[in-house]
Amino acid sequence: MIEIAIRKKIKTYKGNRELQVDTVFPDQSVTKIYGPSGAGKTTFLKILAGLVVPEQGFITAEGEVWLDTANKINKPPQQRRVGFVFQDYALFPNMTVTEHLQFATKDHQLINRLLYIGRMENFSSQRPAHLSGGQQQRLAILRALALKPSLLLLDEAFSALDDELRENLITDLKILLTEFETTTLVVSHHAQETIGFADHSLKIDLE
Amino acid sequence: MEWTPIWLSLKLAAITTLILLVIGIPLAYWLSRRSSLFKVVIEAILTMPLVLPPSVLGFYLLLCFSPHSILGSWLLQHFNLSLVFSFEGLVVASVIYSLPFMVSPVKSALAHLSPSLAEASYTMGKSKLETFYRVLLPNVKTSLWTAAVLTFAHTMGEFGVVLMIGGKLEGVTKVASIAIYDAVDNNQYDKANQYAFVLFAITFVIVVLVFIFNRNASRGPLE
Repeated sequence: MIEIAIRKKIKTYKGNRELQVDTVFPDQSVTKIYGPSGAGKTTFLKILAGLVVPEQGFITAEGEVWLDTANKINKPPQQRRVGFVFQDYALFPNMTVTEHLQFATKDHQLINRLLYIGRMENFSSQRPAHLSGGQQQRLAILRALALKPSLLLLDEAFSALDDELRENLITDLKILLTEFETTTLVVSHHAQETIGFADHSLKIDLE
Repeated sequence: MEWTPIWLSLKLAAITTLILLVIGIPLAYWLSRRSSLFKVVIEAILTMPLVLPPSVLGFYLLLCFSPHSILGSWLLQHFNLSLVFSFEGLVVASVIYSLPFMVSPVKSALAHLSPSLAEASYTMGKSKLETFYRVLLPNVKTSLWTAAVLTFAHTMGEFGVVLMIGGKLEGVTKVASIAIYDAVDNNQYDKANQYAFVLFAITFVIVVLVFIFNRNASRGPLE
């Protein structure tokens, strides 16, 4: 279970607003995060990953305190084991597909399995510049999964995939997420994208 | 033709480039992170050699390094080192003079990388140092090569600063650009022409190399 209560000031064109989230994500649940553009969805994911620190906040994951601003506790992102699929994919231009996965894990069996699930075996020695948009997005998802994350954060992670590819990937993804006992949050603008994947939903908006 | 001035220039440029690779890369990284007023001031100071007349820079360095100054006398007392009219002095001056040529392109390339690259690496458990060497630096390789080559070329062509603090001691501080000036001053146009031609050829090869490194980039190497 992940418990979170945070407040973070966000500058918008309408002036300073506050992102306020106080919620619980059950173990191994898949929660869809939605809300208007600029409402702080990405910031919320970054706070969970430890990449952004809120002014006030408290986060525990499976009983372990990740953030407690009152007691000055803040686990760095390196120690949180959070898989993050960035909106811009954040692929490393200098690394091949296999090298991306090796950067995240030393488990060769897992790497081969992920390449198979993502239909990427034939591109394993390609660099991101030579992959299509859909292949890049799949690689970003596979790289995050290679960590066997306790929490997986997907920021618009299915936007470049066609319906068939997405449905197949989601089927395989669910098997892996159950196996890794991963709790998942998925930011999406399209209701269609998360059907059959998300079992909870959370609206994020600025106060 | 006497080759010593050419050799001195090459040696000075190589040592300066190596030193600047060591101090310039961390400096560029630091400057590329979130900016503050303090960083802006530091960056402005580091950029001064680009716009200052070399003789002005050379004059102030001469005052700083002189054995009568605080720094100069301290160096002489503790390390028996004099930075005026010595090769060591030329190296220190060249490092200061060429610093913006190393720092500026690398800083700009690092600042243009998406912040999510480093963030993705941190979530994968990698430290800041490992992220820097395995993710950030390899992806600014072209700028790094360009910066190193331009630093080398810039140091090869240095004149004003060298003349101010090094003079023209044969085999010590008389680099190729000084040798040309000296030859012309003594009416030895043939000699000046030989040095000038060698310098021209070396710098031309260097500039061609820079353009070869950058042939696939959308921006020119000097943009």
